[in-house]
Formats: sequence, C-alpha cells, structure tokens
Amino acid sequence: MAIGRRADASGGARRAGPFKVWLLRHAGTCVGALGRLTQQPFANFMTILVIGVTLALPAALHLIVKNAASVSGNWENALDFSMYLKMDVPLEDAQRLADIIRQRADVEAVTLIPADLALEEFREQSGFGASLDYLDVNPLPHTLVVRPGSANTEQTVLLLNEELGNLPEADFVQVDTEWVQRFLAILEIMRRAVVIGAALLGAAIVVIIGNTIRLDIQNRREEIEVTKLIGASNAFVRRPFLYSGFWYGLGGGLLALGLIAYGLFALRDSVARLAGLYDSAFTLLALDFEESLLIVAAGVLLGLVGSWVAAARHMRRIEPR
Amino acid sequence: MIRIENVVKRFPGGQEALSGLNLSVDKGEMVFVTGHSGAGKSTLLRLIALIERPTSGQVIVDGQNTGRVSRRRIPAYRRQIGMVFQDHKLLYDRPVFDNVALPLIISGAQHRDAARKVRAALDQVGLLKKEKQKPETLSSGEQQRVGIARAIVSKPKLLIADEPTGNLDPDLSLEVMRIFRRFNEVGVTLLIASHDIALIDQLGCRRIALENGTVQVEEEEDVVAEYAERLEHKGQQESWR
Repeated sequence: MAIGRRADASGGARRAGPFKVWLLRHAGTCVGALGRLTQQPFANFMTILVIGVTLALPAALHLIVKNAASVSGNWENALDFSMYLKMDVPLEDAQRLADIIRQRADVEAVTLIPADLALEEFREQSGFGASLDYLDVNPLPHTLVVRPGSANTEQTVLLLNEELGNLPEADFVQVDTEWVQRFLAILEIMRRAVVIGAALLGAAIVVIIGNTIRLDIQNRREEIEVTKLIGASNAFVRRPFLYSGFWYGLGGGLLALGLIAYGLFALRDSVARLAGLYDSAFTLLALDFEESLLIVAAGVLLGLVGSWVAAARHMRRIEPR
Repeated sequence: MIRIENVVKRFPGGQEALSGLNLSVDKGEMVFVTGHSGAGKSTLLRLIALIERPTSGQVIVDGQNTGRVSRRRIPAYRRQIGMVFQDHKLLYDRPVFDNVALPLIISGAQHRDAARKVRAALDQVGLLKKEKQKPETLSSGEQQRVGIARAIVSKPKLLIADEPTGNLDPDLSLEVMRIFRRFNEVGVTLLIASHDIALIDQLGCRRIALENGTVQVEEEEDVVAEYAERLEHKGQQESWR
C-alpha cells in the first residue's frame, strides 16, 4: 500500500503534470479563501480597513517628505550666489566681467551691485547710518549676483562657483546654502522617521493579521481536526489561512492607495490656492507607479508573514483527539 | 493486515487502556472488536490511526511499523486508511459532495477524476441524489453514510470504524453493516469497534472481545455463509466497483 503508487493511480498527476495540478490546487484554495472572506463582509472589511489605514500612514508621511523635497529642489535650482570682487577692481572692469559671465550657457542672469550702491543700501538697512560717514573709503567691493541657469545640477552649480571664484578679479564667492542645508537635514530626519514609522506600523500589521488568522483558526478548529484526521498535512490545512492573509494584505494595500488618492484629491484645491499666492506652478506629487506597487506588495507580504506566524504557532497544536 | 504485539497504552494519569494486547487481522477479513466502554476498543483504533502511539509494543499495519512513521509522515499514512466515526465528523459548512471529495482533494486528485470517484462512492451508500445537500439536512443514518462514502472514496485497503452504528436505530444499523459487508466482499479489510452484540451476531463475523485492555474471547466466524445467503434473499446484489 505504498503511498506514492496510490497517488499516481489516482491519475491526475500523470495526465496533467504535477505543476499544473499544484497550480490548480493553489488557485482553488486562493479563490476559496476569498469566497470565505466574503461570507463575513463587515468583519473582514473592518480588518482590511485597519490594515489600509496602517499602510496609508507611512505612505502619507512619505508623500509629505517627497513634496517638501520637490519644493526645496525648486529653490536649489534657482539658487543665486554672490561673487565679491577684489577691492582694486574698478567699476568698468566689474561691468565687463558681468557681461562676460552673462554670456555663459550655464548662467541665466548677472546683476552688478556697485560698491557705492551697496554702501548706500547698507547705510539704509543696517542702521549704522551716520557712523559710516567717518569711513575714509568705501570698505565694500563691487559685487556680482549670479543666477545659475535652470539646467544646472547641484554639481555643475558647484563647479560654476569654483570657476568664478578662481577668476583673478574675484575675491570670494559666497553661496547662501546654509538654510537650504538645514532644511535638507530636517527632510533627511523625516525620511528616516518614515522608515522607522513604516517598520513599526508594518509590525502592527503583522500582529493584526496574525490575530485575525488566529481567531479564524480557533473558529475552524473542528474542521482542521477532521481534515487532519483523514490525512491532511500541516501544509494543506495551513494553505487557506495563508491565502486569507494574502487577501487581507492585498485588500489593505489597495485600500491604502485609495485613501491616499482621496487625501490628495481633498488637498488639491487648497494647495493650488497657496501655490497661486506664491506665484508658483507647484502641484502636489502623487505616488508614482513603483511606490504604489511597493505599498500593495508590502501589504501582501505583511499579510503572508502575519498569517504564516499565526498558522505555524497554532496549527501544530491542533491535532485530532 | 493488522498485527498488534504486546501493546501497552498507559495515559499520563496512570490509567492503562491497553495492557499487553495481542491480536491480528488478516487481509480481507471483517473483524469486530467488542467490549463495554473503557475496554480499550477506541484506544486500539486510535493506535491504528496514529492518533495515539503505544506506550510499548508494536502496531504493524500493512507491513508498516507505525512506531517508525515520523510525525511528518502521519498524514500520508492516514490517507491509506479509511476511517468512520461514531459522530460522523463531517464538515457541516459544505455540501455532501465536498465532504466526500475531501480525501481526494487532500491527495491532490484532479477535479474531473475526483467528481467521478465521489459519485461512485455516494452511489455505494445510496446517497447519489443528495450530493448538493448540507449534512445537517440529512438524517443521522444518512450522515453516517456520508462518512462512510468519505472513508471509501479513495479506495483504501483497510477501513476502521469506531462505533459506526452507535447513534443509529437497529434498521439503519443493519443497513450500515450491509454496506460494510459489501466492501468486505470486494477485498477491503475491516476492523469495526462496536458494542452492539445483537447486530454483530446477525452478521457472524470474527469477534474479538476486549476487557480491561486485553483480549478476553475470540470467536471465529461461523455463520458468515448463512448471512451471505440471507443477503442474497433480500436481493442486495449491488457490486463494489
């Protein structure tokens, strides 16, 4: 009564090929698990809703960071820098230099601020006013304010800075990037917070799904016992629960995408108004295809992990009595 | 087919269900195990089904020493044996057809093949017309026949039954036994635990009486031929395919 022989004699394996049989069996279990979920639509929708919200939270945080980064990216591209000329460079030379630099392909505009004008501005804005009159000479140099072209990247802007700074007329070039750097550092912290938050919420999803599957296993204890009694392996009784976890995860992932899309839709008008006030064409960035896929895949994976953990823990203990 | 050698089964509480049991069942036999509750009938069947393992001694089923069947191989081992239970152990959330098909699904049979076998098994127990019903809409006798159909659908060589007629009235009990008898006629070995002495007497098969975990009396079959004749008179000649 060898088992292998009996399985063969049942015919299926030989005619259809083991892979096809395996596939058909899985497809059947997969659809069966979905059918079972639809039998208790409200309770299962609640589970999927919790998973969806939990997935949507880190995704939303990620979108905030992504949009903030895109805004700061715009600032970075339009980054002006000041080129202070040496004290002995006369105004005519400064004028000529401005014309030369203006013709470069990677420069959009150059504004010359003559030393006198700079002093005048300083006098008005600093409040030192009269005390400046005691100066014999104007201590300020002529200054060129250079706006790099929009085609520049961070690297080419840096190269441009260096090149202009090395010109014989240049004293030094100052880039006002400090506040941008700080902002980028904050963004970087937020990015990490997204990762940490996603990890914690992912663990929460594993627990939620694990717990749901555990209850499901307990409710179907008798069925599992009977099935094992007539020769089902652990893998066989585990399979429908794994597919339940799969469906929970998939449903949660798709729901998370829906929630995000709705959130973006709800914010769209107010963001457009704000952008209008700043005279900007900024629009909110949505999740791209890869990010959406990642969220759904994360849901499915966490669903499988959660149900696997629950099934492995509880299935073994259920043996026919 | 079954050989039980010096089997002792002691439960954690210290009580001994089987104490040095020896018995054997040949291929093609139909044997009853009798004895009042607590005599060890169920324990014997549970050892054969590998729901329990003996404290000592050997249980050999179709040449396989069950002591050497590892935990992982238990499912495959169980698939070789048909089992019938007093409480039927059906899955009440799915129709008769699905219940009977379960062993075939477990062993990975193809759908069309399985459907044919399920209908054949249901035909054997006379429930072909009820395949779409849920078990709870059936009578207790019919539910038991569903359980029997499930036990024989993958054509095991050995069928064990624990009080299969425990909840049935005499007429239904006889009907169930007649079904078993037909399987026996086509070569299935049966080991049936029952305390219904009157019914067993009617059938006239070998009878092993257990008491306090050992064999008390063994009665050889004497009236089998007579019983077979009686069946023929009733015109019950459906054949086992």
